[in-house]
Amino acid sequence: MSDQVSSRATGRGFGRVLVFVYGILAFAASGRATFELTTKFTDAPFPYSLSILAAVIYVVATWAIATSRRTIAVAAVGFELTGVLAVGLSSLVWTSKFPQASVWSDFGSGYGWVPLVLPVVGLWWLLRGSEARTGG
Amino acid sequence: MSALQAVLSVLCGIGILWLAVLIVRDLRPGNSALALLAVIEVGLVVQLVIGLVRVFGNHTGVSVAVYVAYLVGALLVLPIGVVWSSAERNRNGTAVLLIAVLVVPVLFLRLHDLWSAHV
Repeated sequence: MSDQVSSRATGRGFGRVLVFVYGILAFAASGRATFELTTKFTDAPFPYSLSILAAVIYVVATWAIATSRRTIAVAAVGFELTGVLAVGLSSLVWTSKFPQASVWSDFGSGYGWVPLVLPVVGLWWLLRGSEARTGG
Repeated sequence: MSALQAVLSVLCGIGILWLAVLIVRDLRPGNSALALLAVIEVGLVVQLVIGLVRVFGNHTGVSVAVYVAYLVGALLVLPIGVVWSSAERNRNGTAVLLIAVLVVPVLFLRLHDLWSAHV
Protein backbone atom coordinates (compact mmCIF):
# COMPACT_ATOMS: atom_id res chain seq x y z
CA MET A 1 0.00 0.00 0.00
CA SER A 2 1.33 3.38 -0.97
CA ASP A 3 0.24 5.03 2.28
CA GLN A 4 2.77 2.93 4.13
CA VAL A 5 5.65 4.74 2.55
CA SER A 6 4.21 8.15 1.80
CA SER A 7 2.38 9.00 5.02
CA ARG A 8 3.76 10.97 7.91
CA ALA A 9 5.29 8.82 10.63
CA THR A 10 2.59 7.61 13.03
CA GLY A 11 5.15 6.72 15.69
CA ARG A 12 6.54 10.22 16.14
CA GLY A 13 5.35 13.10 18.28
CA PHE A 14 2.25 12.11 20.21
CA GLY A 15 2.52 8.76 18.43
CA ARG A 16 5.54 8.02 20.59
CA VAL A 17 3.35 8.30 23.70
CA LEU A 18 0.74 6.09 22.03
CA VAL A 19 3.30 3.44 21.11
CA PHE A 20 4.59 3.42 24.70
CA VAL A 21 1.11 2.87 26.15
CA TYR A 22 0.31 0.22 23.54
CA GLY A 23 3.64 -1.44 24.27
CA ILE A 24 2.82 -1.65 27.99
CA LEU A 25 -0.61 -3.14 27.22
CA ALA A 26 0.90 -5.55 24.69
CA PHE A 27 3.38 -6.67 27.33
CA ALA A 28 0.69 -7.01 30.01
CA ALA A 29 -1.81 -8.78 27.75
CA SER A 30 0.84 -11.17 26.37
CA GLY A 31 2.01 -12.03 29.86
CA ARG A 32 -1.53 -12.63 31.02
CA ALA A 33 -2.40 -14.74 27.96
CA THR A 34 0.77 -16.83 28.31
CA PHE A 35 0.03 -17.45 31.98
CA GLU A 36 -3.60 -18.38 31.35
CA LEU A 37 -2.72 -20.58 28.38
CA THR A 38 -0.02 -22.52 30.21
CA THR A 39 -1.70 -22.95 33.59
CA LYS A 40 -5.49 -22.96 33.39
CA PHE A 41 -6.71 -22.70 29.82
CA THR A 42 -9.26 -25.54 30.14
CA ASP A 43 -10.97 -23.82 33.08
CA ALA A 44 -12.49 -21.19 30.83
CA PRO A 45 -11.38 -21.60 27.19
CA PHE A 46 -13.61 -18.84 25.81
CA PRO A 47 -12.49 -15.81 27.86
CA TYR A 48 -8.90 -17.06 27.79
CA SER A 49 -9.04 -17.31 24.00
CA LEU A 50 -10.19 -13.69 24.00
CA SER A 51 -7.17 -12.82 26.15
CA ILE A 52 -4.89 -14.36 23.53
CA LEU A 53 -6.69 -12.50 20.74
CA ALA A 54 -6.40 -9.22 22.66
CA ALA A 55 -2.69 -9.80 23.23
CA VAL A 56 -2.11 -10.39 19.51
CA ILE A 57 -4.07 -7.25 18.61
CA TYR A 58 -2.06 -5.11 21.05
CA VAL A 59 1.23 -6.46 19.71
CA VAL A 60 0.16 -5.79 16.11
CA ALA A 61 -1.11 -2.28 16.96
CA THR A 62 2.11 -1.39 18.78
CA TRP A 63 4.25 -2.59 15.88
CA ALA A 64 2.09 -0.97 13.18
CA ILE A 65 1.91 2.45 14.87
CA ALA A 66 5.63 2.40 15.67
CA THR A 67 6.56 1.58 12.08
CA SER A 68 3.98 3.87 10.42
CA ARG A 69 1.96 1.06 8.83
CA ARG A 70 -1.16 3.16 8.96
CA THR A 71 -3.60 0.78 7.27
CA ILE A 72 -2.69 -2.12 9.53
CA ALA A 73 -2.69 0.20 12.55
CA VAL A 74 -6.21 1.50 11.79
CA ALA A 75 -7.43 -2.07 11.28
CA ALA A 76 -5.88 -3.29 14.53
CA VAL A 77 -7.07 -0.32 16.59
CA GLY A 78 -10.54 -0.47 15.00
CA PHE A 79 -10.75 -4.18 15.79
CA GLU A 80 -9.61 -3.40 19.31
CA LEU A 81 -12.41 -0.85 19.81
CA THR A 82 -14.97 -3.30 18.44
CA GLY A 83 -13.58 -6.04 20.64
CA VAL A 84 -13.60 -4.06 23.87
CA LEU A 85 -17.16 -2.86 23.20
CA ALA A 86 -18.46 -6.30 22.19
CA VAL A 87 -16.73 -8.21 24.98
CA GLY A 88 -17.55 -5.49 27.51
CA LEU A 89 -21.22 -5.63 26.63
CA SER A 90 -21.29 -9.43 26.42
CA SER A 91 -19.60 -9.83 29.79
CA LEU A 92 -22.37 -7.75 31.36
CA VAL A 93 -25.23 -9.50 29.56
CA TRP A 94 -24.01 -13.13 29.52
CA THR A 95 -22.14 -13.33 32.81
CA SER A 96 -22.18 -17.16 32.69
CA LYS A 97 -20.06 -17.13 29.52
CA PHE A 98 -17.42 -15.12 31.35
CA PRO A 99 -16.76 -16.95 34.62
CA GLN A 100 -13.20 -15.65 34.44
CA ALA A 101 -12.32 -12.12 33.43
CA SER A 102 -10.54 -11.38 30.17
CA VAL A 103 -8.61 -8.21 29.33
CA TRP A 104 -11.69 -6.70 27.68
CA SER A 105 -14.29 -7.82 30.24
CA ASP A 106 -16.37 -4.98 31.72
CA PHE A 107 -14.92 -2.64 29.08
CA GLY A 108 -11.40 -3.11 30.43
CA SER A 109 -12.19 -1.81 33.91
CA GLY A 110 -9.58 -4.20 35.34
CA TYR A 111 -6.98 -2.15 33.48
CA GLY A 112 -8.26 1.24 34.59
CA TRP A 113 -10.51 1.58 31.50
CA VAL A 114 -7.37 2.08 29.43
CA PRO A 115 -8.45 -0.62 26.91
CA LEU A 116 -11.62 1.41 26.23
CA VAL A 117 -10.04 4.86 26.00
CA LEU A 118 -6.90 3.86 24.11
CA PRO A 119 -8.49 2.76 20.79
CA VAL A 120 -10.53 5.98 20.64
CA VAL A 121 -7.39 8.05 21.14
CA GLY A 122 -5.54 5.77 18.71
CA LEU A 123 -8.13 6.17 15.94
CA TRP A 124 -8.18 9.93 16.50
CA TRP A 125 -4.41 10.07 16.12
CA LEU A 126 -4.23 7.80 13.07
CA LEU A 127 -7.14 9.37 11.17
CA ARG A 128 -6.22 12.93 12.11
CA GLY A 129 -2.80 12.29 10.60
CA SER A 130 -4.28 11.06 7.34
CA GLU A 131 -6.62 14.07 7.09
CA ALA A 132 -3.67 16.40 7.50
CA ARG A 133 -1.93 14.50 4.70
CA THR A 134 -4.72 14.61 2.15
CA GLY A 135 -6.11 17.98 3.21
CA GLY A 136 -2.69 19.62 2.94
CA MET B 1 2.07 -2.81 50.85
CA SER B 2 5.60 -2.82 52.20
CA ALA B 3 7.24 0.28 53.64
CA LEU B 4 9.59 0.38 50.66
CA GLN B 5 6.67 0.30 48.21
CA ALA B 6 4.91 3.05 50.19
CA VAL B 7 8.00 5.28 50.06
CA LEU B 8 8.51 4.56 46.37
CA SER B 9 4.84 5.29 45.66
CA VAL B 10 5.21 8.70 47.30
CA LEU B 11 8.34 9.35 45.21
CA CYS B 12 6.41 8.27 42.10
CA GLY B 13 3.60 10.65 43.06
CA ILE B 14 6.12 13.50 43.33
CA GLY B 15 7.59 12.45 39.98
CA ILE B 16 4.16 12.37 38.31
CA LEU B 17 3.30 15.88 39.57
CA TRP B 18 6.75 17.17 38.63
CA LEU B 19 6.54 15.79 35.08
CA ALA B 20 2.95 17.06 34.71
CA VAL B 21 4.13 20.58 35.64
CA LEU B 22 6.98 20.27 33.11
CA ILE B 23 4.49 19.23 30.40
CA VAL B 24 2.14 22.12 31.18
CA ARG B 25 5.01 24.64 31.19
CA ASP B 26 6.56 22.99 28.10
CA LEU B 27 9.90 22.39 29.83
CA ARG B 28 12.24 19.39 29.50
CA PRO B 29 13.13 17.31 32.56
CA GLY B 30 16.50 18.36 33.98
CA ASN B 31 19.08 16.38 35.91
CA SER B 32 17.18 16.68 39.18
CA ALA B 33 14.03 15.12 37.72
CA LEU B 34 16.08 12.31 36.17
CA ALA B 35 17.88 11.86 39.51
CA LEU B 36 14.49 11.27 41.15
CA LEU B 37 13.76 8.57 38.57
CA ALA B 38 17.18 7.04 39.29
CA VAL B 39 16.40 6.95 43.03
CA ILE B 40 13.08 5.22 42.29
CA GLU B 41 14.88 2.72 40.06
CA VAL B 42 17.40 1.91 42.82
CA GLY B 43 14.43 1.32 45.13
CA LEU B 44 12.95 -1.04 42.53
CA VAL B 45 16.18 -3.04 42.42
CA VAL B 46 15.98 -3.38 46.22
CA GLN B 47 12.33 -4.40 45.85
CA LEU B 48 13.31 -7.09 43.33
CA VAL B 49 15.84 -8.56 45.77
CA ILE B 50 13.38 -8.46 48.70
CA GLY B 51 10.61 -9.85 46.50
CA LEU B 52 12.75 -12.73 45.22
CA VAL B 53 13.76 -13.65 48.77
CA ARG B 54 10.10 -13.55 49.83
CA VAL B 55 8.70 -15.49 46.90
CA PHE B 56 11.32 -18.23 47.03
CA GLY B 57 11.15 -18.33 50.79
CA ASN B 58 8.01 -18.99 52.78
CA HIS B 59 5.36 -18.41 50.13
CA THR B 60 2.06 -20.20 50.37
CA GLY B 61 0.54 -20.59 46.95
CA VAL B 62 1.77 -17.36 45.37
CA SER B 63 2.39 -17.98 41.66
CA VAL B 64 6.15 -17.51 41.51
CA ALA B 65 6.27 -16.88 37.75
CA VAL B 66 3.62 -14.14 37.86
CA TYR B 67 5.10 -12.49 40.94
CA VAL B 68 8.60 -12.44 39.47
CA ALA B 69 7.21 -11.16 36.14
CA TYR B 70 5.68 -8.16 37.93
CA LEU B 71 8.90 -7.53 39.89
CA VAL B 72 10.98 -7.58 36.70
CA GLY B 73 8.36 -5.56 34.80
CA ALA B 74 8.52 -2.86 37.48
CA LEU B 75 12.29 -2.82 37.10
CA LEU B 76 12.15 -2.42 33.30
CA VAL B 77 9.46 0.20 32.79
CA LEU B 78 11.50 3.27 33.83
CA PRO B 79 14.67 2.48 31.81
CA ILE B 80 12.59 1.66 28.74
CA GLY B 81 10.59 4.87 29.24
CA VAL B 82 13.78 6.95 29.50
CA VAL B 83 15.24 5.41 26.33
CA TRP B 84 11.94 5.66 24.44
CA SER B 85 11.42 9.31 25.46
CA SER B 86 14.98 10.36 24.62
CA ALA B 87 14.25 10.56 20.89
CA GLU B 88 11.39 13.00 21.50
CA ARG B 89 12.71 16.07 23.29
CA ASN B 90 9.38 17.80 23.71
CA ARG B 91 6.14 17.43 25.67
CA ASN B 92 5.52 13.99 24.18
CA GLY B 93 8.83 12.66 25.46
CA THR B 94 8.03 14.00 28.93
CA ALA B 95 4.58 12.37 28.71
CA VAL B 96 6.25 9.00 28.03
CA LEU B 97 8.26 9.44 31.25
CA LEU B 98 5.09 10.42 33.15
CA ILE B 99 3.31 7.26 32.01
CA ALA B 100 6.33 5.12 32.92
CA VAL B 101 6.35 6.58 36.46
CA LEU B 102 2.55 6.11 36.65
CA VAL B 103 2.86 2.40 35.85
CA VAL B 104 5.20 1.70 38.80
CA PRO B 105 2.62 2.20 41.63
CA VAL B 106 0.05 0.28 39.56
CA LEU B 107 2.47 -2.66 39.51
CA PHE B 108 2.90 -2.25 43.30
CA LEU B 109 -0.86 -2.64 43.71
CA ARG B 110 -0.85 -5.78 41.58
CA LEU B 111 2.11 -7.20 43.53
CA HIS B 112 0.28 -6.42 46.75
CA ASP B 113 -2.90 -8.10 45.47
CA LEU B 114 -0.99 -11.16 44.30
CA TRP B 115 0.67 -11.51 47.66
CA SER B 116 -2.31 -10.83 49.92
CA ALA B 117 -4.67 -13.03 47.88
CA HIS B 118 -2.65 -16.14 48.63
CA VAL B 119 -1.20 -15.67 52.09
